[in-house]
Amino acid sequence: MILHVDKLNVFLGESHILHDVSFEVPQGGVTALLGRNGAGKTTTLRALMALAPATGQIRLAGQEISQELTHQIVRRGVGYVPENREVFAGLTVQENLRLAERPGGPHHYDRVFSLFPRLKERLRQRAGTMSGGEQQMLALARALLNDNQLLLIDEPSQGLAPHLVTELTEVLAQVADLVTVLLVEQNLAMVRRLARHAIVLDQGRVVWTGSAEELLSDQDTTRQLLGVGVAGRSGGGV
Amino acid sequence: MSSFVLMTATGLGLAALYFLVASGLSLIFGLMGVLNFAHAAFLTLGGYTAWLVTDATGSLVLGIVAGVALAAGAGALTESALLRRMHGDHVPQVLLTVGLLLAFTALVRAVFGSDARPMPVPRWMTDVTSIAGAPIPNSRFVLIVAAVVVYAALALFLARTRYGLIVRAGVENRAMVTALGIDVRRAFTLVFAIGTGLAALAGSLVALVQDVVSPEQGMSLLIFAFIVVIIGGLGSFHGSALAALLVGLVQQYANFYALTGMGDLVVVLLLAGILLTRPQGLLGRRLA
Repeated sequence: MILHVDKLNVFLGESHILHDVSFEVPQGGVTALLGRNGAGKTTTLRALMALAPATGQIRLAGQEISQELTHQIVRRGVGYVPENREVFAGLTVQENLRLAERPGGPHHYDRVFSLFPRLKERLRQRAGTMSGGEQQMLALARALLNDNQLLLIDEPSQGLAPHLVTELTEVLAQVADLVTVLLVEQNLAMVRRLARHAIVLDQGRVVWTGSAEELLSDQDTTRQLLGVGVAGRSGGGV
Repeated sequence: MSSFVLMTATGLGLAALYFLVASGLSLIFGLMGVLNFAHAAFLTLGGYTAWLVTDATGSLVLGIVAGVALAAGAGALTESALLRRMHGDHVPQVLLTVGLLLAFTALVRAVFGSDARPMPVPRWMTDVTSIAGAPIPNSRFVLIVAAVVVYAALALFLARTRYGLIVRAGVENRAMVTALGIDVRRAFTLVFAIGTGLAALAGSLVALVQDVVSPEQGMSLLIFAFIVVIIGGLGSFHGSALAALLVGLVQQYANFYALTGMGDLVVVLLLAGILLTRPQGLLGRRLA
């Protein structure tokens, strides 16, 4: 297992968002973190990145990381692609990528430009002036620039046109050949194409874990846990 | 004509002082979200250090450098030892920085007394240079040159260095900078030290222009520096430069062409107008 999460709890103000969330992410491929609106998917990723205050145990490749700060977790080899991309709008594409370079390298510009050739053409363009799809590519490129053990990707298809979602899905399939991915995604067609394993959250609790194929092939279970049929989308992130 | 030139040169000198104080404040707020009321204490620290060292050694340059270095060091210590523990908690930050300002001002009064002390100013700085018939004190040129040099140096730092890149990104989204594996705390300390060093430079220069150092020198400048930061746009370094120019000139022209003392009122009206029509400031980013 590349990631082991045990009894993760998150309180935001008076609200108890995650309740003893425990799960494991196997090495290689894509594990999908699914759930309805407000289930706690985005909060889980933020807690793993130490961006939300959490208690509980988190082990990355056997190493305890729950007491570490965000930048220390990243330097252990965890890449994070947040919801809404969060590229630096006032910086150029080149500056966004330079910022992501970790000391000591290596920095895989060849890999990034082979996956996203459009970025190479737009190095001097301000990230804020790019389309949503291009910004998503930049957000992924920042995470892929360095060697990582695990990528946490939050809602990459959000706000993208259908043809871009298809394109992005194929890119993510290539990414999953390079690094283990924990993917929060509401587009179940994308999940079906990419994920081997699935974890389902409901109201801050893990309610289902197992094979993604098994989950998505069972219409009743999918509807009961995610609130939609297999072809649809479940709710937005919290 | 000569009075217009004189007022313009005086306004530019004032703008230079505002910029030196406001640029540090703006960078600190933009990156760290800290409204640093203790900025005035570092300004006073710079002024008094410049006075003491210049008096002891006879070297004005040494005095200014000592003031800047001491304030930058004290700023780095304040950030790493005190403010870092309150990251994200605005009320404790404000209480701490206001407390530091009051405590430091009281300390200066206790050690050096409440009265202003004469600053040894080189003769060439008190001399005047005539431009278009207007006798302009050389100290105004020193202020303007210092501000232009600082502006160029900061612009280069922000545009060409990795720390500058981190600062520009951090002003947009601090959390995402850390999520790229960057220890943003080092950038916080560096920016705080740069900001407090610039406040000390302004403190030394204001002492030279006014020929004295006094415990309250920092406080009066701080109010206008905050106005400049808000008009320019919180976190916008270039906005601070533009706003300092605007405030310095408008204040001076209003004082001369309307009524003495009217300049402060006009600046406050300008602030109100900007807040009503462009709340993000001249070059600030629109708030969501």
